[in-house]
Amino acid sequence: MATVSMDNVNKVYDNGFHAVHDLSLDVADGEFMVLVGPSGCGKTTALRMVAGLEDISSGTLRIGDREVNNLSPKERDIAMVFQNYALYPHMTVAENIGFALKLRKLPKDKLDAQVKETAEILGLTEWLDRKPGQLSGGQRQRVAMGRAIVREPSVFLMDEPLSNLDAKLRVQMRAEVSRIQRRIGVATIYVTHDQIEAMTMGDRVAVLRAGVLQQCATPQVLYDRPDNVFVAAFIGSPAMNLYEASVGEGARSVRIGSQEVALPDSVTVAHSRLASFAGKPVIVGLRPEHLPAAASGAAGPELTGDVDLVEALGSELVVHFTIDAKRVQAEGAHSADAEAATISGEGVARVDPKTPVKAGDRITFAVDTAGMQFFDPDGGAAIWT
Amino acid sequence: MRNRKRTGWHRIINGVNIAAFLVVLFIGLPLYWLIASSFKTPLGIGVDPPQYFPDPLSIANYKSAFVQYDFGIYFRNSLIVTLIATALVLIMGTLAGYALGRLPMRGKFTMLVVFLMISVFPEIALIAPLYVVLYHLHWTNSYQALIIPYAAFNLPFAIWILRNYMLGIPKEMEETGRIDGAGPLRTLWSIILPQALPGIFTASIFCFTACWTEFLMALSFNISNNYRTIPVGVSQFGTIDVTPYATIFAASVVATVPIGILVFIFRKFVISGLTSGAVKG
Repeated sequence: MATVSMDNVNKVYDNGFHAVHDLSLDVADGEFMVLVGPSGCGKTTALRMVAGLEDISSGTLRIGDREVNNLSPKERDIAMVFQNYALYPHMTVAENIGFALKLRKLPKDKLDAQVKETAEILGLTEWLDRKPGQLSGGQRQRVAMGRAIVREPSVFLMDEPLSNLDAKLRVQMRAEVSRIQRRIGVATIYVTHDQIEAMTMGDRVAVLRAGVLQQCATPQVLYDRPDNVFVAAFIGSPAMNLYEASVGEGARSVRIGSQEVALPDSVTVAHSRLASFAGKPVIVGLRPEHLPAAASGAAGPELTGDVDLVEALGSELVVHFTIDAKRVQAEGAHSADAEAATISGEGVARVDPKTPVKAGDRITFAVDTAGMQFFDPDGGAAIWT
Repeated sequence: MRNRKRTGWHRIINGVNIAAFLVVLFIGLPLYWLIASSFKTPLGIGVDPPQYFPDPLSIANYKSAFVQYDFGIYFRNSLIVTLIATALVLIMGTLAGYALGRLPMRGKFTMLVVFLMISVFPEIALIAPLYVVLYHLHWTNSYQALIIPYAAFNLPFAIWILRNYMLGIPKEMEETGRIDGAGPLRTLWSIILPQALPGIFTASIFCFTACWTEFLMALSFNISNNYRTIPVGVSQFGTIDVTPYATIFAASVVATVPIGILVFIFRKFVISGLTSGAVKG
């Protein structure tokens, strides 16, 4: 078991493409670190550099207290699970799991015992004599996991291992992978483009964009205090509503389109730097759950919009609405869900399922200002104290 | 849509089955005639109306091929030349196919185009220059006179088949191997080759058949009876006045046996080799 430490790691390909920029990241022993970002953000390249499958152009990579920049994958004592599992189709499950041990020339009885123990952990005992072609997607995925954990590596690397599974199985395997990782307690780097996977599985999540690390924090911190517009837009489903706005005199209010939303003292204190934006444009972020329907006659900041579409999920209503403010798009940050939201309306809110609302209505939301986020339009950095 | 139930004779007599039957007839009838005639007496072969089934059934032609003529020697020579040439082609073809299919290399495409050009080069144009080379090497009337040219002529096609097959194997297989601790040779041997088996079998059958039936070079380079292969040996059966058709038939039947066995054993692999090589490449 070991830690992984990346210090200003860069990857520049022969054609000049700079895939990873100055990535510095520490993964603690036993920690589950998720690298997340849109396609082409460099997350897989970063993982492959840790694995030793890609050369590091500059920077230092350490596993434990060893610098491993120039070590072969074999010498790094890592195990990797690939997106397509890469099981050897001509070998049985037992042979697949035991292949690495066989290469280490482990005595047969010890090898068999270790393979059996791994199979038990993963519930694969009855499939040991089968070939990968005879297994279901979930079973293959478990064999790939088994092949990795049987070696008791110092570091576990996973490259989108669940993306080939159907939605239901993916949810099931998500929990299973987390459970196995906790059980073996090995530092793990997990790459995914699915922010829900990242949020549910990671102890910490590193968000990458165009090869640059945007923020690395626990899922809750990423959600509550995103460092910039990109992270705010990328994390959360449905995505955060981001609007161009302008800050009122003394930062006591913010104007979103034609509507003025008063900011209580708690907000101006929490976002004290907002005062320097008085009279200037900012980007306002509002999570869908921070826009409940306003009770009639209630006081407090409100936002009114036209309902385009209502999706009843049982536990809540997802209301797609339009206001007269310009929505901000963080380039590349939108997952499929968020894309749908921008097509059907300019904003999304989650409201109580009993709210009487239908498409074409005009709706007033009570703005939960405590959840409001502010970003500098110049560069997109979050505005706090 | 109307769902017509196919029952009784409809199930057996339909377009596809009739077409398949005609194809089998087209290929199978000459083969049947060859086998049946090989068991006829020399007189039985020419009678009118023809004998559809040998009567009397005789194995005299087989005896004659081996005793009266040197079919045993020809068979041995064919086997030696074909097996060694095929082995050479497979060894070199697999390594070259792997390199051209999987390794980062400059000029890969040019090399493949050159190989393709070589493989379609007319053999007859090379007979004379090759003869001169072999003559100066004192290699005429030898096994290597056929083994080397056979290997050279069949290698390009084998490389193409194997390269396409290797391309279809996901690169993660090798990467997993590297992480598991396998070196390049171990990766090739334990991970890549087992997955390329259908391609290897396909290449080997094509190569084996081509060498086994090759006539022109065998006729030109090995004049001595001791180094003749089956196609040349059998063509020399008989005298100027007499052509022993029945014996030639018997020899031909024996000559098809090795190819028949090879295809029968590896038929499953060959079919998958032909298709997957094609679509994945």
